[in-house]
Amino acid sequence: MLLGPALSVSAILFSLGVLGVLLRRNAIVIFMSVEIMLNAVNLSFVALAEQLGREGQVIVFFVMAVAAAEAAVGLAIIIAIYRHKESVNLNNINLLSG
Amino acid sequence: MTVFNFWLFSGIAIVAAALCITRKSAVASALWLVLTLFSLAALFVMLHAHFLAAIQVMVYAGAIMVLFLFVIMLLQIGHGGPTDLPGWTGRALMVAIGAVLVVELWAVTRVIPSEAIRLPAGTLDQITQREGAVGMISTTLFRDFLVPFEITSILLLAALVGAVVLAKRRL
Repeated sequence: MLLGPALSVSAILFSLGVLGVLLRRNAIVIFMSVEIMLNAVNLSFVALAEQLGREGQVIVFFVMAVAAAEAAVGLAIIIAIYRHKESVNLNNINLLSG
Repeated sequence: MTVFNFWLFSGIAIVAAALCITRKSAVASALWLVLTLFSLAALFVMLHAHFLAAIQVMVYAGAIMVLFLFVIMLLQIGHGGPTDLPGWTGRALMVAIGAVLVVELWAVTRVIPSEAIRLPAGTLDQITQREGAVGMISTTLFRDFLVPFEITSILLLAALVGAVVLAKRRL
């Protein structure tokens, strides 16, 4: 019953996450946008699980575990970069672009 | 009533996400993100995923957001400072790209699964009645997804060690 609306909300949230990654230069806010995207996908999994079986909810469980691991490692990388550069603005972190 | 609540929490989630990606201060962004995650937990309840709603509040709104706020305050970047948003041309371009993405995703999600593979209405409710909210997840998790579950534990261990190695000043 709520499948269509839930997928629409999921689409909007995912696009907001992509927009955040494109717009912002603050590495931590970009990480938060990635979390928004992961949550949007979780919402579509849960909505489809209601119609197609509970396996979808188990996948959400795994997505949350991977998101937790990703957040821990990503924030550790940000701390390591901040020690060298004194900044989390991606415009100042351009080692690979020469 | 469920439909009204669904749209209410959807609205809160979308507005909070929009505010999250536009606030200048990282702390404000993090707090709006917490609101988004809580509203999504409410949506999970309405979609018969009670256990996942509880996990969403505990793991996401609890653990992961505390980690984010901890790093923001550790690096002392919570104060506003100059905005890191691009100029108006760049903003308009990126909002246009976002709008195109919304339309595309919306078109894709119009597809409704065929009647043949769909469960009868209320199936998840019956399973919850029979096995409980946790049992609904755990019977599938420990029967059909046991190997991925064990691999996840190795992933979390690797992330734990990796985070310590990366963030520690001197090993």
